[in-house]
Amino acid sequence: MANKLLRKTFMEPLGKNNPVFVQILGICSTLAVTNKLQNTMVMVLGVMFTTALSSLTISLLRNHIPSRIRMMVETMVIATFVIIVDIVLKAFYPEMWKQLGPYVGLIITNCIIMGRIEAFALQNKPMLSLVDGLASGLGYAYVLLAIAFVRELLGTGSLWGYQILGSWWTNWSIMIMPPGGFFVLAIIIWIIREKFMKEAKND
Amino acid sequence: MTDSLLPFSVFFASIFTGNILLTNYLGMCSFLSVSKELKTSTGLGMAVIFVMATTTPLNWIVYQYLLIPFGLEYLRFIVFIIVIAAFVQLTEMTLERYSEPLYQSLGIFLPLITVNCAILGVSLFMVIREYTLLTSFFFGLGSGIGWFIAIIAMAGIRQKLKNAKIPPGLEGPGIALVIAGFMAMAFMGFSGMIALS
Repeated sequence: MANKLLRKTFMEPLGKNNPVFVQILGICSTLAVTNKLQNTMVMVLGVMFTTALSSLTISLLRNHIPSRIRMMVETMVIATFVIIVDIVLKAFYPEMWKQLGPYVGLIITNCIIMGRIEAFALQNKPMLSLVDGLASGLGYAYVLLAIAFVRELLGTGSLWGYQILGSWWTNWSIMIMPPGGFFVLAIIIWIIREKFMKEAKND
Repeated sequence: MTDSLLPFSVFFASIFTGNILLTNYLGMCSFLSVSKELKTSTGLGMAVIFVMATTTPLNWIVYQYLLIPFGLEYLRFIVFIIVIAAFVQLTEMTLERYSEPLYQSLGIFLPLITVNCAILGVSLFMVIREYTLLTSFFFGLGSGIGWFIAIIAMAGIRQKLKNAKIPPGLEGPGIALVIAGFMAMAFMGFSGMIALS
């Protein structure tokens, strides 16, 4: 029983309750860095770390937080984890830190984290909240990585910084510019929704 | 470009060439959910202009005179968020007490704004780009106006879209993102006029 619940909690944000497709949450802070796969990977790792651990922390504290100031407490907890991410990046990967610029700090305002805390961690046990946070982070991560994959491949002909496509390839420079991010996300949402809607009809 | 002109060039650049929403994707959440109606978009847009233009210089003062002297720069995320939240709360209470009509048109949007990524984003950009106090003010004001223009345009287009036939999978946020993409392309036409360093 417990295992089943755990699995359901883990699988739901990856599939039919995906934060990006279904709720269109939290794309603000990360969409800007999806023009390179490497940057996106670092950002989504940061988001996953923050989502999982702040869900866990809030869940541990859930019986002690007065509901009037809970938003403030949640923000403090999230900001603490983001500061950890920021400091670690700055210390070990200064180049990456410089490239990401303000976007690491903007993880704080990523709606997914606050959303999962409000919707899940405040009512559930710590272990379950950790899993939920991690799964939401993962569900978010693979969508963003897919966007980055398309944008980097079409925009520069390379992946992870390595040249993949030969000299015959003409770069679609629109892809690495801002409009590209909007279009790719829209197309991915379109494909997924079309597919899911068909499945829903068959049920 | 001379230094005395910098605040103005930053002002125009942040509206057109470096639009916070269309080039940095900041403030997408409320942009997508609120832009269904022109009236609410106007209210939210005005509130964003006001909060950005005030919190950016406020955060500049806090950063320069509190965080740097004590070597606490790494706390800026928390401090900026607190400043923004406190300021928004204060404004809401003031409006509610002294100006009923203004509260009705602007105040109800204020709580939404604390979680708007664009507000924090502008403050963080301000720190990284090392603006002065005056430039920060114009940067905040310009970014707010840029966001306002974007959401108004989007709301106008979406109202027309109600009569359009859209593929079912693309309805709602999907089509909004496509439109945002086109708007971003249109705004790219401004690039080359003024560059935002």
